[in-house]
Amino acid sequence: MTDKKLDSKIPNGPIQEKWDNHKFQTKLINPANKRKYKVLVVGTGLAGASAAATLSELGYQVEAFCIQDSPRRAHSIAAQGGINAAKNYTNDGDSIWRLFYDTVKGGDYRAREANVYRLAQVSANIIDQCAAQGVPFARDYGGYLANRSFGGAQVSRTFYARGQTGQQLLLGAYSSLQKEASKGKINIHTRCELVDVVVVDGRARGIITRDIVTGEFKKFAADAVLLCTGGYGNVYYLSTNAMASNCSAAWRAYKKGAYFANPCFTQIHPTCIPVHGDHQSKLTLMSESLRNDGRVWVPKNKDDKRRPQDIPEEERDYYLERIYPSFGNLVPRDVASRNAKAQVDQGKGVGSTGVAVYLDFKDAIERDGRDAVEARYGNLFEMYQRITDDDPYIVPMRIYPAVHYTMGGLWVDYNLMTTIPGLFALGEANFSDHGANRLGASALMQGLADGYFVIPYTIGGFFAENRPDELDTIHPAFDEAMKSSRDIFEKLLAVRGTKPVDHFHRELGKIMWEYVGMGRSEEGLKKAIEVIPKLREEFWSDVKIPGDGTNVNVELEKAARVADFLELGELMARDALDRRESCGGHFREESQTPENEALRNDDDFCHVSAWEFKGVAASPEKHAEELNFEYVKLSQRSYK
Amino acid sequence: MSESNSMNLKLKIWRQLNSNAKGKMVDYQVSGVSPDMSFLEMLDVLNDQLITKGEDPVVFDHDCREGICGMCSLMINGQAHGPEERTTTCQLHMRKFKDGDTIIVEPWRAKAFPVLKDLMVDRSAFDDIIQAGGFISVNTGNAPDANAIPISKENADFAMDAAACIGCGACVASCKNASAMLFVSAKVSQFSLLPQGEVESKERAVNMVNKMDSLGFGNCTNEAECEASCPKGISISNIARMNREYTSGAVTGK
Repeated sequence: MTDKKLDSKIPNGPIQEKWDNHKFQTKLINPANKRKYKVLVVGTGLAGASAAATLSELGYQVEAFCIQDSPRRAHSIAAQGGINAAKNYTNDGDSIWRLFYDTVKGGDYRAREANVYRLAQVSANIIDQCAAQGVPFARDYGGYLANRSFGGAQVSRTFYARGQTGQQLLLGAYSSLQKEASKGKINIHTRCELVDVVVVDGRARGIITRDIVTGEFKKFAADAVLLCTGGYGNVYYLSTNAMASNCSAAWRAYKKGAYFANPCFTQIHPTCIPVHGDHQSKLTLMSESLRNDGRVWVPKNKDDKRRPQDIPEEERDYYLERIYPSFGNLVPRDVASRNAKAQVDQGKGVGSTGVAVYLDFKDAIERDGRDAVEARYGNLFEMYQRITDDDPYIVPMRIYPAVHYTMGGLWVDYNLMTTIPGLFALGEANFSDHGANRLGASALMQGLADGYFVIPYTIGGFFAENRPDELDTIHPAFDEAMKSSRDIFEKLLAVRGTKPVDHFHRELGKIMWEYVGMGRSEEGLKKAIEVIPKLREEFWSDVKIPGDGTNVNVELEKAARVADFLELGELMARDALDRRESCGGHFREESQTPENEALRNDDDFCHVSAWEFKGVAASPEKHAEELNFEYVKLSQRSYK
Repeated sequence: MSESNSMNLKLKIWRQLNSNAKGKMVDYQVSGVSPDMSFLEMLDVLNDQLITKGEDPVVFDHDCREGICGMCSLMINGQAHGPEERTTTCQLHMRKFKDGDTIIVEPWRAKAFPVLKDLMVDRSAFDDIIQAGGFISVNTGNAPDANAIPISKENADFAMDAAACIGCGACVASCKNASAMLFVSAKVSQFSLLPQGEVESKERAVNMVNKMDSLGFGNCTNEAECEASCPKGISISNIARMNREYTSGAVTGK
């Protein structure tokens, strides 16, 4: 049974009409009254920038916050391949229904049907909006928009701007944000991070921020707070996330009472450049679009040390094509990643470390010519060559899975509101639409759907029932939050230990990758739950942070984030241990089919696990939201 | 990478406590650098050494480390983003240097980009320029079907070439006049090449150029240093396009 506290507020009626009905039934705010409400938008990626701009256009007062030196640099910018939309411009059988179906299935039946259907519905509007903003999408010679295919789908519904789709969509949202700022309607606070959420009478009424340049703490009061702060993949230390990407905003909200949903659902992306050495600071993703033309293979024989070009065709195993003949190289990410690991575990890995597989473009180049391949993937090939010093036109790419995206996040209802009234979570920061595995080109879609087309409606419903009042930062709750915020930083500076922050982050990353990575077992997860608190204790007694808090202090900034990762990592392990089934990106060794595919346990786990904070040293409390599938039949996912 | 390939380097790095303090170059030694490391990973190694010794680590901007966010911004041996063409600092690898090299590392230097600390500068002037007109005035919900307005592939491709700008500021840093013409023209060009943006293109050019001037960026004297240092290969032909829009806007009083 669904926990009482977890009312998902899914509207009644047939799925096709839920969103329309909900929009109609949601109360409106008169344009003259909108300006009396203030909204704080934390994070300026696709979700944050699009929400801030759209809410400002509607007339609300908006303050936007980002940790980078400009809102244009949020990590959405790094998304390469594209954005899905059910436009069916290619006439190949796509529809809202099919995008909905593919997304629910791709997520291994652990997403809310109503949310996913709404996402598919607004997907087409996103493309229209972005084209109107001047996003230079790829076009055909007739001047119409071009599409490509992505994993987990048999239609071409992915729109793209070369290999820089995230950049172009973000710059579109950023330009709208700046358009509103130019009218004085949005204040933008850069190099500024959220330290705490201020809760008054059970409702989110503001935030405490810290200025990264001056170390100054500030209070902001508002009628609603939107967390658009991305995912927590950096808990693994090495990931495709940007260096500053962190979980702190979501984590502080969790500690203030927002439930954290499905934290163990992480996505390991199959096509990344393999790890090369101990000093590596991050992993680089090669767009999944490469799997349109690249063929994944390993040598048939173990420990084959020959150069790839010396291995004859009959001694290569194109394992994805062999195991999954109908989807081939375009199986969903979780399936592709797990299979790569399986090959490496069998000793068939390639490259100097033996921890990689080949992604080969030889056949594509022979078939379509080098120029055609260059036009499609030129910038990705260039990037690969720059990093590895290998020419992928001649030698196959070496790839290996890496942590890329987190499907888990703050629990939100259909209105994107967390369990703290007035606190909303958008984009990767929430948990709602991707279930246990996100399909390629769907993150951009969800971030922009939330910001442009969902929150502008649902926030009105909240405001209609919560009228503006006189509350400001003089309220004692702000002083308390300010004090506890300062305390965190002072406590960190007071440790004066011997090891740099990165040491602890790296150690945590190793634990997470080993025990809460691609394959998870009861034994390993218990081990993680045992060792993470020890590492956390060591961190708090031995971390070394030079300088003080009155100036730019990068180590202090990092330390505060790593302190949160050290708590989150444990919650992830607990969630993974509790979920005794495999689904999507969460693979429990104990739960697999005879063909080593993820084996769900729908009887016991067809629910969202939402965790409630009970203290750092105490076990969190689990609340379950049952998932009801009325339109998509639960079945064993098959891409064969 | 094997031990035998590891390099020892001398670094001369600009250190400055804050925007009001006087800065200076400071010498450092860093050892055990692998050719496969990125330039920023090499600085990570240095910082690890400094922190362990209890010294203040070198502050530099960086984030995505895959060449797209535009955050990293180092002047390396007098070249913005270092010796490799069309490459951001984070994508520059140490295999471009030799064992025993001395490397000089400085921040972007321009009146409009004050130093905040060490190698970190304030580039908010770029946001100010975008606010002056670097957008299409369309509100959410206004848009017609994306295929309602066909755009020739050629124009869409040129627009994409210009839109690839990452706003890092290398163009300003390498220009002897600290001009932001390449940055501004990339945005003006992207929008003037597309029917959606063409409507406001003249006012946009005038407003953005005026803003650029008022923020203390210099003018263009056709040296093309900006194009040479641009990690995304933005062409100076965009400046010509912007000048055309600007002139026609200024003449018609837009």
